[in-house]
Amino acid sequence: MTHATLPDISPAPDKRSWWRRNQIGLSPWLFLAPGMLFFAFYVIFPIFQSFQISLLDWDGLGEPEFIGLQNYQELYYDDAFYTSLWNNMLWLVLYLAAIPAGLFIALFLNQTVTGIRLYKSLFFFPFVISQVVVGLVFTWFYDPTFGLLNVMLGWVGLGPINVLGDERFVTVGIILAGIWPQTAYCMILYLTGLNGVNPEQIEAGRLDNAKGWKMLWYIIIPQLKPATFIAFVVTIIGALRSFDLISIMTNGGPFGSSRVLSFYMFEVALSEYGFRMGYGAAIAVVLFLIMLCFIVYFLWSMYQEDKR
Amino acid sequence: MFPTPIAKTSRTWQLTYQSLLPLALILWLLPLISILIFSIKPDSDFTSGNYWGWPSSFQGFANYGKVFFESDMPRYMLNSVLITVPTVIGCMILSSMTGFALGVYRFKANLWVFFMFVAGNFVPFQILMVPVRDLTLEMGLYNTKTGLVLFHIAFQTGFCTLFMRNFIRALPFELIEAARVEGIAEWRIFWYIVLPLMKPALAAMAVLVFTFIWNDYFWAVVLTQGVESQPVTAGITSFNAQYRAAYHLMSAGSIVAALPPVAMFFLMQKHFIAGLTLGAVK
Repeated sequence: MTHATLPDISPAPDKRSWWRRNQIGLSPWLFLAPGMLFFAFYVIFPIFQSFQISLLDWDGLGEPEFIGLQNYQELYYDDAFYTSLWNNMLWLVLYLAAIPAGLFIALFLNQTVTGIRLYKSLFFFPFVISQVVVGLVFTWFYDPTFGLLNVMLGWVGLGPINVLGDERFVTVGIILAGIWPQTAYCMILYLTGLNGVNPEQIEAGRLDNAKGWKMLWYIIIPQLKPATFIAFVVTIIGALRSFDLISIMTNGGPFGSSRVLSFYMFEVALSEYGFRMGYGAAIAVVLFLIMLCFIVYFLWSMYQEDKR
Repeated sequence: MFPTPIAKTSRTWQLTYQSLLPLALILWLLPLISILIFSIKPDSDFTSGNYWGWPSSFQGFANYGKVFFESDMPRYMLNSVLITVPTVIGCMILSSMTGFALGVYRFKANLWVFFMFVAGNFVPFQILMVPVRDLTLEMGLYNTKTGLVLFHIAFQTGFCTLFMRNFIRALPFELIEAARVEGIAEWRIFWYIVLPLMKPALAAMAVLVFTFIWNDYFWAVVLTQGVESQPVTAGITSFNAQYRAAYHLMSAGSIVAALPPVAMFFLMQKHFIAGLTLGAVK
């Protein structure tokens, strides 16, 4: 039985199985399923759980008790919280110095001389090394009895200062240790960025007599915008995540003056100071809300980029 | 090229630059050079106050021997390997699929799912700490390497998806169209066409995730305790507590702990740098 004369209007519904017909629509979800489930289970869901835990009085073992916003109320009167918040702001602002520093080193290294590849790699070294080790090295560098810093200060007749034992210097001291690897990261971002700079524009600029700073500011930096964006993102995230260095170098001291929110939260929820999960979660929520402002901004920029 | 190529500048500046380079490098790496020297010093140098001077005798073998044969360091190193390698493999599997789904298909929720992954990846760890620790305890995985691996895979999937998706977006789409016209099943397109093309991106990602996980300290402290499951970043702190003021041993231990990512970086340099820039510059 053939219908050679009549065109087949319905495209043989029984020949193509249900799967065949819906394949394109369903495939992405099947590919996404394992990753999304994992991610939802371990990342997305816990975020909401933390919000919920922040409303509890809970030691992590016993029966949790619902206390509403009392944890936040306590935060409002907690001096340690403000110290941490202030230090977090300090981290955010000072850490950004890694971006121009990275650009500066990248400009310095963006040459073609023998062995420059090795130089670039070695300059990148600090980023590859664990922050635990970086923290240890800088602790020794700052050490009041034998640290190299005080030896050098001694040469010019200053010091000795106990950077990590002095409330005035401690946070800045730790941030400087953190800036070291972060600068290396920004440097690599800019080195790849400089590779992609349009040489014709530079030549055109040279013809227009643009030199040095002017060239850098008006021609090079605008072209480095994508690299700057990524550098900004990773530096902000790095600043707000700072935990390892503080934990290794001072453990929050002296007298809690080098704490940041992430460290204070850990201390409250999981250390010898007690197991106050609810209060810890409340601190984490505050940190999350600060981060959220940046996340929204980052996503917004990415969205604009995607539309184009 | 900016700044002006060195070859086109005056002879004096060329010479200055050539001599400035090694000087700057030494200054930049001074902290690392100093622990390298610390690690080969004899104990007596520290008691006699010779901290920053030249070692009075070479004790490298003795110091590193102690780290390797008389401490828990090898055990910690093994733990780190057993945590890092499965995590890297797990991330590669999950994110090649999610990246494929978000990079190739156009559907309404695409951008939102993608943003979920990206946003989740930017979140501060601390907001996850209490629930994830609880979850791990409930599953009976607290203080196990498995517990740590599962969390790391999940969290890194966010970053890896971002990475793979951007890479797949840059692939020629006509290839996939052509395969569809031929009536090739979607999973075959993934397996036989896209996956082979993803190899360089997967390599870059693997090196990067390896470094991230090897250097992780926070989750190691939150989810594990003790020598049977802690990775080397956490192990080095207990090692240091054990050898307090034994600077030569602490230095040797730190260098051993820091070496694998460094070795990885040098072996896979090209991939590593490609990974870091995340397609910032095409």
